[in-house]
Amino acid sequence: MTEASLATDKPRRLNLEFVLILIGIALLLAAPFYFYPVFLMKVLCFALFACAFNLLLGYTGILSFGHAAFFGGAAYFTAHSVKVWGLTPELGILVGVAGAAVLGLVIGFLAIRRQGIYSTMITLALSQMFFFFCLQAPFTFGEDGIQGIPRGHLFGLIDLNQPLNMYFFVLAVFLLGMFIIWRIINSPFGMILKSVRENEPRAISLGYSVARYKLAAFVMSAALTGLAGGMKAIVFQFATLTDVSWQMSGEVVLMTLLGGIGTLVGPIFGAALITALGNYLATSEFPVTVITGIIFMICVLVFRRGLIGELYASRFGRWLQNKDHD
Amino acid sequence: MSVSHGSAGGAISPGANADKVSDVVLTARGLRRDFGGFVAVNNVDLDVRHAKIHALIGPNGAGKTTVFNLLTKFLQPSSGTITLLGEDITRTDPAKVARMGLVRSFQISAVFPHLSVLDNVRVALQRPHHLSTQFWLPMGALDQLNDRAMQLIESVGLQDARNRLAADLSYGRKRVLEIATTLALEPKVLLLDEPMAGMGHEDVHHVSDLIRDVARDRAVLMVEHNLKVVADLCDQVTVLQRGEILTSGDYRTVSRDERVRVAYMGTEHE
Repeated sequence: MTEASLATDKPRRLNLEFVLILIGIALLLAAPFYFYPVFLMKVLCFALFACAFNLLLGYTGILSFGHAAFFGGAAYFTAHSVKVWGLTPELGILVGVAGAAVLGLVIGFLAIRRQGIYSTMITLALSQMFFFFCLQAPFTFGEDGIQGIPRGHLFGLIDLNQPLNMYFFVLAVFLLGMFIIWRIINSPFGMILKSVRENEPRAISLGYSVARYKLAAFVMSAALTGLAGGMKAIVFQFATLTDVSWQMSGEVVLMTLLGGIGTLVGPIFGAALITALGNYLATSEFPVTVITGIIFMICVLVFRRGLIGELYASRFGRWLQNKDHD
Repeated sequence: MSVSHGSAGGAISPGANADKVSDVVLTARGLRRDFGGFVAVNNVDLDVRHAKIHALIGPNGAGKTTVFNLLTKFLQPSSGTITLLGEDITRTDPAKVARMGLVRSFQISAVFPHLSVLDNVRVALQRPHHLSTQFWLPMGALDQLNDRAMQLIESVGLQDARNRLAADLSYGRKRVLEIATTLALEPKVLLLDEPMAGMGHEDVHHVSDLIRDVARDRAVLMVEHNLKVVADLCDQVTVLQRGEILTSGDYRTVSRDERVRVAYMGTEHE
C-alpha cells in the first residue's frame, strides 16, 4: 500500500491482512484434498455471511438481529428460481442477491430511523415477520422447505454435481464476496461509514445525510448476505426455515464476535469455529448450544476483541505489523 | 467588575447598523422551542452578519446551546423562522443546512477519534469534492485531497501531528482540529459552541487569533463563557436569560446594562 506513509496504523493492519489472506487462499485451494468438501463449503458460506454482517456491525456500527431474513430469504429465492424457473446456478444466486437486497432496502429503511437497541429490535421484528411469511407462503413449502434443488451446470457448461467443481465455484464466489467487502471498507465511501460510526452528529454537521449512507451499507450487507445464502442453497440443494429463523441471526452475531468485530478476516475464523463445532458435536450426545453458549461467555469475558482482534492487539500482532511496516 | 477591553472587537465596532441589512447572512425571527411544558427558548430574534463575530452569552441554562441546535436544525423550532442567505431553512434537515454553508462545532469536541488528523480533515473535504459515495474506488483516490488537507492542518498548526490519531491529541488541539475540519467546508456561517471551554491560556490565545482570522470573510456566531475573549473578539453580543433575549449590542453597551450585570455578570463574573 503506497499510502502507508500518510495514514496511521490501518495500512499496517492491511498488510497483515494481506499476508493472512494469501496464506488463507493457498490453504483453501489445497483443503478439499484433505477435508470433506461439503463441510468446507458450509464453512465458506457461513464465513461470507459473517463477513457481510460485519460490514454493517463492525464498519458502520449498526447491530442487525435480522440478518437471517437475508440469508434464508436468498436461499429460498435462489432455490425457487433454479428449481421452478430452471435458471442456471449463477443466475439463481443473482436472483437471491437481488431479493436479499430488496429485503435489505425495506428492513434497513425502517431500522435506520432509530438507533441502538431500538434499531436492533426493528430488524428482529421485521425478520420474524419474514419468518412467518416463509412459514405460510406456498412456494417455500412451509416446514418441509424447498428440497432437491438441482445443482445444475455453471454457465451451462461446468457440472456442479462434481464435488470439486462445486467446491472451487464456492471458493471463487467466496473470494469475490470478500474482495467486494474489502473494497467497500477501504474506499472513499467506507471512510464516510467509519466517520458515521465514530461520531454521527459530527458527520451530519459536515453535511453528510447519514441516513443514506447507513441505508446503502445496510443494502450492501444484505446483498452480500444474500450471496452467501443463495450459494448455500445450491451447495446443500435445499432451503429451509432454519436459515430464516432468529437463531440464525444470533449465530452470525456470535461468529462475528468470536472472530473479531471490525476485522476483515475475523468473522471467517469465527464462522469456521462455530461450524466445525456444530458438525463435530452433531454426532455426539452433547447439546451443541450449550457449548456455543459457554464459548460466547468466555469470549465476552476473556477476549472481547475476538480471536483476530486479540491477535492484532497482542505483542505478536504488533510485532508482525511493525515488521510489515519497515 | 473589571473587564479589560483589549485590542479590536467590541470597542471599535459601532454595533448593529439597521441600514446594512444586506450584510445579514443568518436571521432568526420569533424562535421558540418547548420541551413538554418547559419553554427553553422563547421569541429569539438574531441577525448574524458577514465578516462579524457575534457572541451569544448568558448564564448556564439560558438556552444558548438550544438556540444553536435550532439554528443548525439539530432541533426543530416549535415556532418562528430561520433564514440563511435569503433562503428559509426553518424546515430543512441538518445535513442540507450544513451543505448550504451553515456549519457548527459542538460543545464537547467533535472529532473522529480513531481516525488520524489527516483523515479527519479529509473526511470533511470528501463531500465538497464528490468523493463520498464511491465504494468501488481504492482509498488512494483520496490522496488528491492531501494538499488541501495539509494546508488546513498547517493553518491551525497541527502539521507535526498529522498522522496521530485524533483521540491522542490534547483537548486544545482537538478543538483546533475541529475548526480545521469545519473550515474545510468553507462555510459562510460558522457556529462555534464554547470553542475555548476547558482550554489552557496558550490555546485560548491561539484559537482567538484563529477565529479572528477566519471571520475576515465569513460570519461567526459563538457561545462563549470567557468574557475576556468576548470583549476582545466580538463585534456584537446577545445576552440570553431563561430562553429570552435580555439585550443585544456591542460589548461595551451590553456590559454596562444594569439588567445584564444583575442577571449574569454580577454573579458569575467578578
